[in-house]
Amino acid sequence: MENTVYTKIYAPPPFNRKEILRYAGITGNAPELSALIDECIAEAEREFTYKVCFARFKVERNNEMLDLGFTKTKSVHLGKNLSGCESVLLFAATIGLGIDRLISRYSKISPTKALILQAVGAERIESLCEVFACDVQKGCAEAGYAAKPRFSPGYGDFSLEVQKDIFAVLDCPRKIGLSLNESLLMSPTKSVTAIIGIKS
Amino acid sequence: MKITEYIKENLLYLDGGMGTLLQAEGLAPGELPERWNITHAENIIKIHRDYYNAGSNLVNTNTFGANILKFGREELEDIVRSAIANARKAANESRGSQPKWVALDIGPTGRMLKPYGDFDFEDAVSVFAETVKLGEKYGADVIFIETMNDSYETKAALLAAKENSALPVFVSNAYGADGKLMTGATPAAMVAMLEGMGADAIGVNCSLGPKALSAVVEEYLRYASVPVLLKPNAGLPKVAEGKTVYDVMPDEFASDVCELISKGVRLAGGCCGTTPEYISSLVRSSAEMKPRETEKKNITCVSSYTHAVVFDEAPVLIGERINPTGKKRFKEALKSHDIDYILKEGIAQEEKGVHILDVNVGLPEIDESEMLKTAVCELQAITNLPLQIDTSDPVAMEAALRRYNGKAMINSVNGKKESMEAVFPLAKKYGGLVVALTLDESGIPTRAEKRLEIAKNILAEAEKYGIEKKDIIFDPLALTISADNTAAKETLRAVRLIREELGCHTSLGVSNVSFGLPERDTVNGTFFTMALSGGLSAAIMNPYSAEMMKTYHAYRALAGFDDNCAEYIEFAADMPKQSSVPVEVQTQNAKKEEFASELQRAVIKGLKEQAAKLTLAMLSQTVPLDIVQGEIIPALNTVGVGFENKTVYLPQLLMSAEAAKAAFEVIKANMSGEKSADKCAFIIATVKGDIHDIGKNIVKLLLENYGFAVTDLGRDVAPEAVAEEAVRLRAPLVGLSALMTTTVPAMEETIALLRKKAPWCKIVVGGAVLNKEYADAIGADKYAADAMETVRYAEEISRELGA
Repeated sequence: MENTVYTKIYAPPPFNRKEILRYAGITGNAPELSALIDECIAEAEREFTYKVCFARFKVERNNEMLDLGFTKTKSVHLGKNLSGCESVLLFAATIGLGIDRLISRYSKISPTKALILQAVGAERIESLCEVFACDVQKGCAEAGYAAKPRFSPGYGDFSLEVQKDIFAVLDCPRKIGLSLNESLLMSPTKSVTAIIGIKS
Repeated sequence: MKITEYIKENLLYLDGGMGTLLQAEGLAPGELPERWNITHAENIIKIHRDYYNAGSNLVNTNTFGANILKFGREELEDIVRSAIANARKAANESRGSQPKWVALDIGPTGRMLKPYGDFDFEDAVSVFAETVKLGEKYGADVIFIETMNDSYETKAALLAAKENSALPVFVSNAYGADGKLMTGATPAAMVAMLEGMGADAIGVNCSLGPKALSAVVEEYLRYASVPVLLKPNAGLPKVAEGKTVYDVMPDEFASDVCELISKGVRLAGGCCGTTPEYISSLVRSSAEMKPRETEKKNITCVSSYTHAVVFDEAPVLIGERINPTGKKRFKEALKSHDIDYILKEGIAQEEKGVHILDVNVGLPEIDESEMLKTAVCELQAITNLPLQIDTSDPVAMEAALRRYNGKAMINSVNGKKESMEAVFPLAKKYGGLVVALTLDESGIPTRAEKRLEIAKNILAEAEKYGIEKKDIIFDPLALTISADNTAAKETLRAVRLIREELGCHTSLGVSNVSFGLPERDTVNGTFFTMALSGGLSAAIMNPYSAEMMKTYHAYRALAGFDDNCAEYIEFAADMPKQSSVPVEVQTQNAKKEEFASELQRAVIKGLKEQAAKLTLAMLSQTVPLDIVQGEIIPALNTVGVGFENKTVYLPQLLMSAEAAKAAFEVIKANMSGEKSADKCAFIIATVKGDIHDIGKNIVKLLLENYGFAVTDLGRDVAPEAVAEEAVRLRAPLVGLSALMTTTVPAMEETIALLRKKAPWCKIVVGGAVLNKEYADAIGADKYAADAMETVRYAEEISRELGA
């Protein structure tokens, strides 16, 4: 049913080491960092929870105004992304507060580990989004639809302000323990909100 | 009849879901349901009435999100007034002769509290206080705090309820499938904190269906001495034939909840997806059930934001190192507000295996209240150990207890009237396990029997405040045997007497016993053994003491607390590391020639321990400045140039910086008296609204390496605070970081203020969203793409100033 918010908890997606290296600023070969990265992954692993909440909305167009049910926007970039889409799937994903605490702790005793944990966290939330997007794609394909690449607030001219509407409609604090602060940052920090366009 | 009386004898039926029913009545997505109290009063009254008709005794008003963050003051008052009136009307109109009450419903604010969000604890208390006051004003019977998934916010809400009304308070938390709150608390931790603060009923709602919540509920029943409540969801939502349905049906729901009632739940209803049908089914199925008595559990415990530490048979270790007494470096850290030093001390003790951290930051020349509050807040952000608030200043004690996220250990009260009058009201209000010293106006009695007598007096006085015996732990005081050779014997007898005659737990500051003797560790270890076998429950101790740790682990194994001696074996495996055998310095001949020296190699390779050790060795022959200029700085430069040429990556740059820092620490520690020649002052901060600080921390570390006197103001720093500090230090350099487009305006504002208040200072900015053009546009002097660039710029300015 449209507008109902669902919650899904995922099993840990496989680690993408290449991405971790990239987020840590390691663009080439650095085998001597391998053990340290393993250590960080091992320590962080038990802190993660992989939660997503989502809901589906109809897309209505009124000249250049895009009405997504939970918000109205004139974003050209989003409009392009959603061209031909009749509905969207709005989601919020988080890997939980544990990694924030761990990063905070290590920034007091080892900035190197804090940096790598930061990279591990970034990779985790991206991987979670990937797994979720894959699910959506599969579900769409089965029903004869196609899913667009995900599009987040802050991309192009799609204002971060929309976060307020997203949080109101998805009830993120209650559903997945994700909250929005006054400067539109999310806590836990390793979290993503995005829109996936769906077209037939 | 008062509801608190009623729940002693009867099962109390709560109501079910509201949100799902409102949606069915046409509540639009994103629309605030609280407004419906005014605009759709009839719909709300009908839902409430249906619940009363179904058999609910207590119905929650439609005020889940009714707070001053979402509504203006006038509207909020209208909402709460109508919401209570609606529920009251529904009660009056409903059938059924069951006693009926109205609860003011309070849900979370949706904002994350500091330090992981931007919402201050006291602000949260104020927000809840507004709603509570209105609830009391318009005649609610109960304050019902529910669906809280953060222990800290729960505490803020309960504190607000207690401070602003005399109504009973029920508190319900939302647990995840892992059996913990979103921010990590276990049921045992929540029970400890909420009971300590005086909640009248506690329990669980939302998240999952009754079966999935049963493990959490059973934990509540195991620990709680107040009635336990349960409002589960009707399972999980799923789509069936294009409609959203919950997967647990009324009959199954009722029988699952009845199962938990038979185990001891005393207040039951439903949450998301449940309807009046679920409640009537529950009322029918449980009609013949007799509620189980809520027993006093007499559990002595403290808690942190994650877990409870129970004082039972196995000994509890309380780390004593966060204390300035006799520690020069610690005092210095307190005076210079070097919180990181305290935090490191906390983490190091945690890694040694203590269960609780004692926190004493009292020093005549500092504001203890402010410092203790800060230390507690910062510590609980990075360690999950419960804290023991150690102060003789009641003002500082209250400041710390108020902000503490859990049930703290309170150190200490004693038999003096004045002490009890100051400490017991605080313990009653905020909860806590109070350490009671067996001394009074006439001092410390020599004989154990006299100490027992003081203990009895303390218990009697505590009872007058409503503090139970289980929440007092006695410290019968270890005195030095070098002054009186029966001192230890009497203390041990007192431990035994208190345990046997009062049934109370004891704690000792063990190391006092050896004061004035050589090889104190040996005496302490043996005394600890004797005390443990005499029934000692806890020790305030130095976890770096090999003897104490050996005793602890061996005792646990011998007394049968260590299954298969597993922990002992693990401890023993680490033993060589615990002793003071020097770390071997590895010399790999093959690579040796690549480096100018072993120390340079250690810094370049990022080997912390080696760098420290080599520096210490060098200090016997080389003056500190030569080590810095001749070894550490050249090594750092090598790495820095490598980073700029992209042959060294950021983590490696950081590892080297850490190794260099370790070397500097050694030099600092050995430069008694000499003043280190710091380069100019550098103030660094992440701007207001932004909580990202990894990049800022990296810059700070490197700047320190290069000898700058860095003042780190932290993250989410207001423009005024930056300007004030720049003026105070007349700092020539300020570094600002922002990671979000939304926080760049705050950076611009900070720069503008600095230009006005501290026109002399150079401002360097960095962060993911910035670039050169942006930095110019907001008026910065310099955009630095990375930490090395900041260092180069700072050196340039520093040289200009020197010239």
